[in-house]
Amino acid sequence: MAPSVSHIGQPRNRVDGRLKVTGAARYAAEYQANELLHGYVVVSTIAAGRIVAIDTREARAMPGVVQIFTHLDRQGVSWWDRDWQDDTAPPGHPFRPLHSDRILYDGQPIALVIAESFEAARNAADVVHVLYEVAPHQTDIHAAEADQYEPPKKREGVPPPPEPRGDLDQALAEAAFRVDAEYEQPSEHHNPMELFASTVIYEENDKLTIYDKTQGSQNAQQFVSAVFDLDDVKVVNAYVGGAFGSGLRPRYQLFLAVMAALKLKRSVRLELSRREMFYLSYRPITLQKLSIGADSNGKLLALKHHAVQATSLFEDYQEAVVNWSGLAYQCDNAAFSYTLSQVNTDTPGDMRAPGAATGVFALETAMDELSYAAGIDPLELRLRNYAERDQNMDKEFTSKALRECYAEGAEHFGWSKRQPTPRSMHDGKELVGYGMASGFWDAQVNKAEAKVRLLADGSVEVLTAASDIGTGTYTILAQIAAEAFEIPIDRVKVSIGASDLPTSPVEGGSWMAASVGSAVHLAAEAIKTKLIHRANRHHEAFLPIASADLCVEAGMVKKTDGTGPTISVAELMQAAQWDAVEETGKAGPDMLQMQKYISYTHSAVFVEVRVDEQLGVARVKRIVSAIAAGKILNPKTARSQILGGVVMGVGMAMHEEGLFDHGTGRIMNHNLAEYHVPANADIEDIEVIFVDEHDDKVNPIGVKGLGEIGIVGVAAAIGNAIYHATGKRLRTLPFTIDKIIS
Amino acid sequence: MPEAVAPETGTHTISLTIDGAERSIIVDPWTTLLDLLRGPLGKTGTKKGCDHGQCGACTVLIDGKRINSCLTLAVMKDGAEITTIEGLATGDDLHPMQQAFVEHDAFQCGYCTPGQICSAVGLVNEGHAHERHEIRELMSGNICRCGAYTNIVDAVQSVLDQTAKAPTP
Repeated sequence: MAPSVSHIGQPRNRVDGRLKVTGAARYAAEYQANELLHGYVVVSTIAAGRIVAIDTREARAMPGVVQIFTHLDRQGVSWWDRDWQDDTAPPGHPFRPLHSDRILYDGQPIALVIAESFEAARNAADVVHVLYEVAPHQTDIHAAEADQYEPPKKREGVPPPPEPRGDLDQALAEAAFRVDAEYEQPSEHHNPMELFASTVIYEENDKLTIYDKTQGSQNAQQFVSAVFDLDDVKVVNAYVGGAFGSGLRPRYQLFLAVMAALKLKRSVRLELSRREMFYLSYRPITLQKLSIGADSNGKLLALKHHAVQATSLFEDYQEAVVNWSGLAYQCDNAAFSYTLSQVNTDTPGDMRAPGAATGVFALETAMDELSYAAGIDPLELRLRNYAERDQNMDKEFTSKALRECYAEGAEHFGWSKRQPTPRSMHDGKELVGYGMASGFWDAQVNKAEAKVRLLADGSVEVLTAASDIGTGTYTILAQIAAEAFEIPIDRVKVSIGASDLPTSPVEGGSWMAASVGSAVHLAAEAIKTKLIHRANRHHEAFLPIASADLCVEAGMVKKTDGTGPTISVAELMQAAQWDAVEETGKAGPDMLQMQKYISYTHSAVFVEVRVDEQLGVARVKRIVSAIAAGKILNPKTARSQILGGVVMGVGMAMHEEGLFDHGTGRIMNHNLAEYHVPANADIEDIEVIFVDEHDDKVNPIGVKGLGEIGIVGVAAAIGNAIYHATGKRLRTLPFTIDKIIS
Repeated sequence: MPEAVAPETGTHTISLTIDGAERSIIVDPWTTLLDLLRGPLGKTGTKKGCDHGQCGACTVLIDGKRINSCLTLAVMKDGAEITTIEGLATGDDLHPMQQAFVEHDAFQCGYCTPGQICSAVGLVNEGHAHERHEIRELMSGNICRCGAYTNIVDAVQSVLDQTAKAPTP
């Protein structure tokens, strides 16, 4: 008998690792087809107005060019907004490429060149001549802010600002200490390393197989089917080269490539350029105002938080920005508000911890300001205001080990060595600063299904339309199935990343492991139940035993107390003439539980910065991120998720900023040289700690999800450390040299 | 370097040894080595992340040196020996750098990984990096948006340590 093997909680290498280090893992633009055509997009060079004329004659005459599509010859597609609204769409009218002559933002796609080669398409795109009628535009949120409005229709899945509570004005008036401050954040751009691409394989009768860069194959499949009224579409996203939220919604290259393939009845590939990716979705430009009042002991009396975020002219994109301030700390008098301002850009979109990365930056900076105002250690201030209950929802937490995050994080970091006074710590000519912040994110379960198949040879297959965008989905699903059947991990075959597999949500919100992982777990349990029932009913030795007293262990059906008859699963299946035992597991939110409980992941982030004041250079010397996220399925890939979030947090704090020229309404730094994302040299030491957190309420496997929590709080902790080093409070991201030196 | 030019079409016939296989290829003068690899040659292990030499995803080794294949016109490399990510392993045996990347979980989505690994092999060949800060600096031409940098440094360091321990022949 094989020895009992444990997989869950073990640090396992990625099961797709070999494919990725040998270049064998194939991404959306890497599938071949006979007589494949290539596309290249022409984008608008004005931010508002209309197209008066597009002259494509020169481009059409170039060798290899097959067709040029513009708004004048786009074929018929659905008129209904609902067909264009994917699973994650905000309220409004989704953007329709090549729909009309109207220009709503700089970088809007206005023509598609299709040619026999990539180079021919690119060359021809350069000589498509466009005559515009220019209209006034607005990309400056400081000007647009004057017209801010509360979104009339709320975005599904995004809670509106919490209800006000207590008497805010009186509590603020009575406060011994006050912080009133404004915070600003520029646009941030996802910039996954893989370029957005779709390869559309065309077969007779408009049968399409589409390799698309997306976080949800079924979401993309439903979009294409609805918009083009097709009934034989399959979308594959077996490997996704990062996305961070940018791949939640179907992107315009998908629409354009399908449009061209249907019209030309040929297979088409359209891969966007890095520049074009700066025009699809971004973390919205945000202005925030916070007022906090505390008594003489630092206990919060009052909290007021307002945020205004940029959105496009055609959709009301929304995030939960201010909500975190209502649940992070105990505070009985509070008010929250959230508005939008329209700018001439594409609709912003979810980017790693949407809303939380933004709102918690302001809250945790303000808490740091309060700690200095009240003369209380920043960590002690947070402990004094620890929330034991979610006051927004008036619910209990399923679990909350944030205290443990504070304690273990502080100890590993050496927080006790901090000198309280700003500018009091030095190392040579560098100022040293310590800062910390807390982080919060939802621990959600979404509806998901997974099929698990136990084969006669004891191996197992897992099938679900989940995605792995670098998150480790392949690996953790293999672990869960291997654990259930006590088999080596390489005896599990995981099939994900295709729309014809059992239903899975888009990969987002940190819900994949909890949702699909639970579904796999439930399917495996159902298979075991089926095996037990089979033994119980058809094998004489088991007839007198109650099925509740039986279990499947190490490939055998036997009594839980270890006495009595046993039969191997293989023998059982052979006797039943079963080639395979297959069950589908379904997971989803537990509505009954949710009436009483709510669930979050938590973190405590500790940062040391070094600042050379003469040069204005701050560098992040080390970060300790202590995470409470329920059960950790795979400490190796889990740690990587947190490292990734922390690194993106360093980018948010120190580098990342879409620089608009408001005169032209254009993002000027639309490339990876001028929009700086952290490089290897920017990242020094990062330590990740997972604190113990047992949670038997959040979902059947006790997992909370890790995709977002790593970034939350990082920018605030860095800014707080810069304050501690320099005595200079920075409230506008990113903390670039000009702000530090001024 | 001798190369054949077809006067009517302007195409060039060049010879390249790619991952050990010598091939004669007809290319347009404006085709980059990256587009040649990913397109006509179907070697999609080499990635396109920016096409501007800013991200390093397209890094390959030419005669053992790391270069950005997106900034290299294929016609410039007539006669060169090119190693891509697809040519690093020996049969089923991964190159030590590939194995180190797996062991240290030095990637997540895997898209920058081929460029990171080729770059790291080039870095070891150069012999300039010994300490972690040198690895960080000399690997900064390869962006990893998933943020696996500390694990990448661990992986490269482990290979450097193995190399240092190995007896010199």
